[in-house]
Amino acid sequence: MTWLVIPLVAVFAVLAYLAGRGVAQRRAAALHGGQKAHSRPEQHGYYAMIWVAVPALVVTILAGVFSGPLAHNLLAADAPASVQALEPFRREAFFNDARLTGEGQRAFQVWSGELGEALTTEAARSARLHQTLTWGGVLAAILAAVMGGLFAWSQIRPTLRARNRVEGWIGGLLFACSAVAILTTVGIVFSLLWDSLRFFQAVPVTEFLFGTQWSPQIAIRADQVGSSGAFGAVPLFAGTFLIMIIAMIVAAPVGLFSAIYLSEYASALSRGIVKPVLEILAGVPTVVYGFFAALTVGPAFREFFNGLGAMLVGGPLDGMGQYLMLVQNQMALVAGAVMGIMLIPFVSSLSDDIINAVPQSLRDGSYAMGATKSETVKRVLLPAALPGIAGALLLAMSRAIGETMIVTMAAGLAANLTLNPLDTVTTVTVQIVTLLTGDQEFDSPKTLAAFGLGLTLFLVTLLLNIVAQRIVQTYREQYD
Amino acid sequence: MKLPFFRSPDGREGGGSADPTERRDESVLTPAPEAAGVMAGRVPEVKSPSAPAGPTKIAARDVSVFYGDKQALYDVSLDIPDKTVTAFIGPSGCGKSTFLRTMNRMNDTIQGCRVTGKILMDGQDINARSVDPVLLRAQVGMVFQKPNPFPKTIYENVAYGPRIHGLTTSKAELDGIVESSLKKAGLWDEVADRLHSPGTGLSGGQQQRLVIARAIAVNPEVILMDEPCSALDPIATARIEELIDELRERYCIVIVTHSMAQAARVSQRTAFFHMGRLVEHGNTEEIFTNPRERRTLDYITGRFG
Ligand SMILES: Nc1ncnc2c1ncn2[C@@H]1O[C@H](COP(=O)(O)OP(=O)(O)OP(=O)(O)O)[C@@H](O)[C@H]1O
Ligand SMILES: [Mg+2]
Repeated sequence: MTWLVIPLVAVFAVLAYLAGRGVAQRRAAALHGGQKAHSRPEQHGYYAMIWVAVPALVVTILAGVFSGPLAHNLLAADAPASVQALEPFRREAFFNDARLTGEGQRAFQVWSGELGEALTTEAARSARLHQTLTWGGVLAAILAAVMGGLFAWSQIRPTLRARNRVEGWIGGLLFACSAVAILTTVGIVFSLLWDSLRFFQAVPVTEFLFGTQWSPQIAIRADQVGSSGAFGAVPLFAGTFLIMIIAMIVAAPVGLFSAIYLSEYASALSRGIVKPVLEILAGVPTVVYGFFAALTVGPAFREFFNGLGAMLVGGPLDGMGQYLMLVQNQMALVAGAVMGIMLIPFVSSLSDDIINAVPQSLRDGSYAMGATKSETVKRVLLPAALPGIAGALLLAMSRAIGETMIVTMAAGLAANLTLNPLDTVTTVTVQIVTLLTGDQEFDSPKTLAAFGLGLTLFLVTLLLNIVAQRIVQTYREQYD
Repeated sequence: MKLPFFRSPDGREGGGSADPTERRDESVLTPAPEAAGVMAGRVPEVKSPSAPAGPTKIAARDVSVFYGDKQALYDVSLDIPDKTVTAFIGPSGCGKSTFLRTMNRMNDTIQGCRVTGKILMDGQDINARSVDPVLLRAQVGMVFQKPNPFPKTIYENVAYGPRIHGLTTSKAELDGIVESSLKKAGLWDEVADRLHSPGTGLSGGQQQRLVIARAIAVNPEVILMDEPCSALDPIATARIEELIDELRERYCIVIVTHSMAQAARVSQRTAFFHMGRLVEHGNTEEIFTNPRERRTLDYITGRFG
């Protein structure tokens, strides 16, 4: 209801613009010859518009935020004794139901006897209160708009530096938007830090960083809270890095070579086809890659290795055959390979940009020396682009480490400390997901462990990103 | 052996179908720096005497070049003698660079570029199927307007060509080539003690000489230079001009320049291009003192149009 004010404010704002412009024009026309107004009439118009819209919107937002709690407090302040006597939790439920009933909706609970009667009267009171507050908010907003408009009207005169004022307001608005983004991030980091701190009070940092045993499930047993759950994160990081390495083994050469193809070899026609296709690949949601990995690639790999094992059993490599026959769907290799495919377009489009940034004159110089295309790529373009490509690969690594969906679906949950790509491993992100999904106590180390993992992951990827950005940056500057 | 003076039929030039680019190029023509003197009716003095031209090294016959549908060069026929400096002059966009690039088939690297006509080097058609452009470019070196050393050491820049063409078998041999090329390019004394520092760290003039050394290192027969001094200051320019004069003994040199004075100073032969056509060519002295064409006179005296 309060939000109905917004179209009203919009109309006021347009009127204010027109009025401000008109007033400015008239006042400027009254100037004596030779004198000139500081700003154009439209800028005065915008000035008036801002003074009408901003106060009204601020009042509306404040009203929207505070009218609910205010109504609640007023209701609670002089509620009947029977309601006051309720325990706090029930009392909240009662007022909630009173509000709902007042709005014509159904109450959550059945309140009988004295409370039932109280509900009816309180509901009526609540409805009246809300109505009053809403209309009060609307009136206050209109009042604010009118006052703002009057203020602007009093200010508009040829010497008013309306242009600078308007620019200032616009700058402020844009700053506020970017501040929201930054503050949110800072807030996330702080909450991460805070909860991690609580986790590290329960589990020593050294155990977390160097322990090789990960089994957080134990810790939820009542007799062991916080004391002896195994929170050694090494297997998780080992699994994360194993999968990341496999992904990079797939993505780095394929991505880089396709970038070289696109920037150096492809005709305009095939570039026009390949590039959009790669971009489509980049737009596939990771969950799709995830079930591709879990349902297609995983079984295919398992069948392949099982078949290979069956052939080896009984031969000189009997032991290996036995092992291969037991390989399961979920393995590091599947998750890594599919993640590598996901990263190909990322690596290739970054590398493509970087290779294209190498000046044409270097290519010309090399061709003019009688170098072939591949010689030019190998001896001039790649060395020149190497720092940038290294940066791109670091960015890809950081994405691989933070990637969640594919590993959740294809890597498994067993925290094995292994470098065997055919084994089931688990990653930091997968563990965070499993720790936080389902019903959780919010204070157990098990849940808090997710924050510890999150913080570590955040620090690792942050470091990678900073290094990568640095490299890419200096590389860009080199040719500017 | 001299080709009969070639002119395209007038009908090709006239009409309202003139390409807008060409018209624009003509209108933005800025007088060469020395034009101030020329305006007063003076013609740049030709310093280098027209040495007896060597035998024809490159012979172009009816060469036309198209970029996509747009024709940039119209039936150019020209003989370029060996052991001589030939200058290409003409207003911006008239096709000098385009023609220069046909001689080492650098146009092949430009998408949509098509060359017709014949270009003979030592009597052999360089566009023939049997000719590998890669080998051709080892014989025909090229120096660009902006110095473009590779982001490698000075040594590696010069060693680039010998390495890719497998010209040497030992390190000592390669060292020798690098040293002699740098000496021929007149850069040795300045860089002998820092061969292994980056080539991009040199001054513009030094970079341009490094690039010339790089081109010389594969022992080419022809060196094409596209405005090699336009990014350099007068002192570096003088140094390069001296170098060109020295190199003339050994190589067939073609230089594109916007400076009339430079053309007059360094070249023995001059070809004047206008709107994709070769208007006039001959001994530099003749072109600068007694051009046959009105357009040539107007251009070299800076009174164009
Ligand atoms: N890569 C290209 N693609 C399309 N058109 C081109 C290309 N290179 C040159 N041209 C066109 O061909 C014509 C001749 O260009 P060219 O570069 O040979 O001129 P130029 O005489 O070297 O000029 P300048 O003195 O400015 O270097 C111009 O009209 C130009 O627009
Ligand atoms: Mg040019």
